[in-house]
Amino acid sequence: MRLEPRPSSSLTAKFLWPTGAILATVVFSSVLVMIAGASPFTVFWLVIKGAAGSQFAFLETLTRATPLVFTGLAVAVAFRAKLWNIGAEAQLYLGAVMTVVIGTGAVTLPSAGLIPLIMIAAMLTGALTLLGPAVLKTKFGVDEVVTTLLLNFIVLLFVSMLLEGPLKDPTGMGWPQSKRVIADAQLPRLIKGKRLHFGFILAIASAIIVWVIMKKTTLGYEMRAVGHNAEAARFAGIPVNSVIVKTALLSGGLAALAGFSEVAGLKGNLTLDLSPGYGYTGIVVAMLAMLNPLGVIAAAIFVAGIFVGADAMSRSANVPSYIAEVMVATSLLTMVAAIMLMRYRVRWR
Amino acid sequence: MNAAQGPEAETVLRLSGITKRFGTLVANDAISLSLKRGEVVALLGENGAGKTTLMNILFGHYTADEGEIEVFGKTLPSGDPNAALGAGIGMVHQHFTLADQMTVLENIVLGTQSLWSFNLGKARARTKIRQLATDYGLEVDPDRMITELSVGERQRVEILKALYREARILILDEPTAVLTPMETEALFATLKKLVAAGLSVIFISHKLGEVQSVSDRVVVLRGGKLAGERTTSEATRRELAELMVGGQLPINEIGPSTPRDILFELQSVSTGSLGGAALKQISMQLRGGEITGLAGISGNGQAALAALIAGTLEASEGDIVVHGEAATKWSPRAALDRGLGRIPEDRHATGMIGDMSVAENVISEAYRSPRFSRFGMLDWRAASVFAQDIITAYDVKCPSPEARVRLLSGGNMQKLILGRALDGDPDIILASQPTRGLDVGAVAYVHARLIEARDRGAAVLLISEDLDEIQTLSDRILVIHRGQLSRPSQRGELSVMELGELMAGHGVEEGAHHAA
Repeated sequence: MRLEPRPSSSLTAKFLWPTGAILATVVFSSVLVMIAGASPFTVFWLVIKGAAGSQFAFLETLTRATPLVFTGLAVAVAFRAKLWNIGAEAQLYLGAVMTVVIGTGAVTLPSAGLIPLIMIAAMLTGALTLLGPAVLKTKFGVDEVVTTLLLNFIVLLFVSMLLEGPLKDPTGMGWPQSKRVIADAQLPRLIKGKRLHFGFILAIASAIIVWVIMKKTTLGYEMRAVGHNAEAARFAGIPVNSVIVKTALLSGGLAALAGFSEVAGLKGNLTLDLSPGYGYTGIVVAMLAMLNPLGVIAAAIFVAGIFVGADAMSRSANVPSYIAEVMVATSLLTMVAAIMLMRYRVRWR
Repeated sequence: MNAAQGPEAETVLRLSGITKRFGTLVANDAISLSLKRGEVVALLGENGAGKTTLMNILFGHYTADEGEIEVFGKTLPSGDPNAALGAGIGMVHQHFTLADQMTVLENIVLGTQSLWSFNLGKARARTKIRQLATDYGLEVDPDRMITELSVGERQRVEILKALYREARILILDEPTAVLTPMETEALFATLKKLVAAGLSVIFISHKLGEVQSVSDRVVVLRGGKLAGERTTSEATRRELAELMVGGQLPINEIGPSTPRDILFELQSVSTGSLGGAALKQISMQLRGGEITGLAGISGNGQAALAALIAGTLEASEGDIVVHGEAATKWSPRAALDRGLGRIPEDRHATGMIGDMSVAENVISEAYRSPRFSRFGMLDWRAASVFAQDIITAYDVKCPSPEARVRLLSGGNMQKLILGRALDGDPDIILASQPTRGLDVGAVAYVHARLIEARDRGAAVLLISEDLDEIQTLSDRILVIHRGQLSRPSQRGELSVMELGELMAGHGVEEGAHHAA
């Protein structure tokens, strides 16, 4: 079996392969649903209804999509430059830490000043988190997959330590949680009485800004050039190492915004279960979007919809909501295969 | 050399109607070919004409879509290299297939014996190899490691490998590409002995001179089709060239040079290695209005020298002097800022970014200039206009500035690189293997542009492994051997053989008194 590159992929192929990937995911999940003893049709109908069947459901999906847009963008930006940032989870948590450090009363400013200040501080924290692995990569050739992945565990334990110590809420009845951020540090809700918050708007705006950076600026050009062919980029005089560092700063900053928006927009405080793996799911989102910043919005909503829908489904049908994890993971695998088949043709000798 | 050959000689190999398609590309289109006992047939054609594909089909690496192969009167099952070996076909690939950490003997017997045998029968094998070596002039010590051997010796091992397996038909794929002129002569002598002993040889090449001196018959391929077949003694060089190219051969006129000031200088520069040899305290001067050719066998430091000048390899000692000023910090950016135009050796790996568009590629050296960007925002319209200018001026065949570079042919890619490197009329030009793998038309085009640059006063350094190219274009010739340079010689001062001696290292290290 050999792979031959296709000269070009037609528009239909670009549409058909991803569609096929989604279908394959559905078929595979159906088998599991049947093993669990339910009808796939009922289950998928319940998932769709749970994700988008009512205003409440749809707003919940968008709320869940918000952090995924940020982590998805973080991964998309990094992967574009072939910087394998697997550490969005760590950057998210440290962004959240900075949000509660500043936002719980240490600084008092009106909302219009305080929120941008926290945002910038959180982004810087996330950026610095990824700076270490990026410098190790450019100076010593240390594999960033290893460093960023391991940093996730280090950071999570560090946050755990903070929540048992300096950041622990004295009125929290002993729970490992931080104090709540003050009112001026909170992002407003978009619709009164609903959970969807201003972070969603920030996420959409970030996606558009990142898209502009990638398409229209010299930095985006440098990042793509380095990602596609670092040797040729270096030959042409593009400062490869500095581009990798800049990419790391941007990626880390975006991931940190996920933590900021979850704390300041939704949860109000920092706990160890702030993120159910949004940093890792960001990888799926970025791959489903084929690293396109605007595609990240759609992919994040899609993935969030599966999670929210599966939660609702498991309450009425007797199928565990873990099916959502399976569906998301399967869709990643089938999508990666679809992207490859879009670019290559398989030849059987 | 057709000692064993006559009109009545037996046909040992017959290919009939071989067709092979890769997707929409027809690599071989109904090609038929026959080979007689004791005959050398040259398979002549440009890169991409389908020579290697045809031989890979014969040897069983590929399966033909149509057609049949007959060896010694028996049909050869397709797609089975073992069947080809068993039928007596031996192939010497362009890139050798030897295990470096094993001895010559081990490489030769590798795969000839059952996995269950307890000893290798080395003594018998050694005797047989020695016998073959003396019979055919393939001297090489059976007990040396492959890593210790020169390229020419490795090729002898490949041939011995085929002979050891009783090959009666030998296929040589561009065998002289890696050899010095002396080694080439030795190879030709070996081939004469082989055909005298009744073997038959298919000799793949795109060099006319070689084909004329070694073959009995020439089969010319062009664009996957059989373009013609001639008896070598009856065909003129021009006729063969025109068959190969399919029309008039473009000829570049090169007038006398008018040397000007020294524009670029290396002063006792050493570097680390870059795969091949490292540079050891080399000095060179490039004058405006002159093409300086750097000849040498692959791996003798050309890669390091090119990378050093291009800015991607740092000098460990010595100075780079540009326009009379020592460059303190040298990098690709510094080279570009000082007006160097650079054509890299490997267009796919270093020259272009295949997954990006033509427009994105041609601005890669100048995207930060006000011409293409302002305040960090790129002006894609300007980039597109620039790309279109290059496409028009350099006659690049490509659908649009937005097309992906990966889809272009090697020649068109090289034209883009030329357009990018020569934009703004640089007065120092580094051309590293600028015509490797290009067809004759594209080669002539690249040469014309380099001559043009010379004539307007630029200093051109041409690094090439093709001695013909060096001799045609260069006003001055340097030879590199194991990271050291010979003294420069003027155009026409040294013969091919004398240059060959320098390439083999005679007289380079000793201060090149011999060459002077």
